Amino acid sequence: MRAALETVSVWAIPVLLVAIPLAGIVRKVKVYDVFIEGAKEGFDVAVRIIPFLVGILVAIGMFRGSGAMDLVTSALRPLADATGFPSELVPLAILRSLTGSGSLAFTTDLVNTHGPDSLIGRMAATLYGSTETTFYVLAVYFGAVGIRRTRHAVPAALVGDLVAAIAAVAVCVWMF
Amino acid sequence: MLNYIWFGLMAIALVVAAINGTADAVTRGAVESASTAVQIAIGLVGIMTLWLGIMRVAEAAGLVSLLGRALRPLLRLLFPAVPSGHPAAGAIVMATAANMLGLANAATPLGIKAMEELQTLNPDKDSASNAMVTFLAMTTGSVQIIPATMIGVLVAAGSRDPTAIIGTSIVATFASTVAAVVTARLLERFYPEARMAPAEARE
Repeated sequence: MRAALETVSVWAIPVLLVAIPLAGIVRKVKVYDVFIEGAKEGFDVAVRIIPFLVGILVAIGMFRGSGAMDLVTSALRPLADATGFPSELVPLAILRSLTGSGSLAFTTDLVNTHGPDSLIGRMAATLYGSTETTFYVLAVYFGAVGIRRTRHAVPAALVGDLVAAIAAVAVCVWMF
Repeated sequence: MLNYIWFGLMAIALVVAAINGTADAVTRGAVESASTAVQIAIGLVGIMTLWLGIMRVAEAAGLVSLLGRALRPLLRLLFPAVPSGHPAAGAIVMATAANMLGLANAATPLGIKAMEELQTLNPDKDSASNAMVTFLAMTTGSVQIIPATMIGVLVAAGSRDPTAIIGTSIVATFASTVAAVVTARLLERFYPEARMAPAEARE
């Protein structure tokens, strides 16, 4: 099962990069011309994201730099203790939505401190893998098309992140 | 919402900096994050260009609408506003598949492509449509079959059983995706989709 999944993830991109133009050739599409036509937009899209990403990442960078993360963590600790959520994972659960590189560093640290086969280590790894960096995705995906009013996107995504944290802990307790 | 979160993060940073005496770290956080953001965006140029080109070929070959039609029942449930033959449907399927396989390099460009297609169906270009929010919720929930990054971290730390987290990740990520999508669909009535907004309301 695992080998099959790994094979798929290694071969998926090269196969797609050939299979899609092949389907085009079969359908008599001028594949190179059409490719160039679509590819022209790439630079503009990437550049269009910049203001959105700068805005979000700067606010998060300031927040982390000030040390406010520690305050949030200690404020949430009683709640975590009351519900049986491991207090070591509280900072990770918050960081995960805000920064990809920050939460990766934090997870790596937890894994190394508690051991890769420890319950905390596995909970941390599961939690990291179970959700995307919400604010990054928000900035990039909405930024690319110029959406400024995000409506209910933030609450919906944050509910997903909260459920991810709870589910990661619960399923690890249950399975290990 | 984002207006308040954005301002709130910076305002809290300033207050905490005043108490902790970490003003220099806040400055560094702001300056470094600004250049990181640009690096990330510029780093996307190559793969963005590649996948937007390939996706255009896939559209011309009829593959995108084929995918959309193949998964029509599920798509109609999640994205009632997206017509089944529309390129948005196929783009959503491709982006989600890339996400599930952990193909980070393809998932972001394909996801942006899907957003662009959804934007063509959106009456108010400044405001996210219901379909866009649902798609974003699906993406941040990100059902992943292979948590490749984390398996790598566990291997590097000397784990005896690094793939033990595959099962737990699938369960947790499935739960988070379902929760995010259900919340998105439940909340959409409380955040009315912008109609043809009157001119004065837009300024």
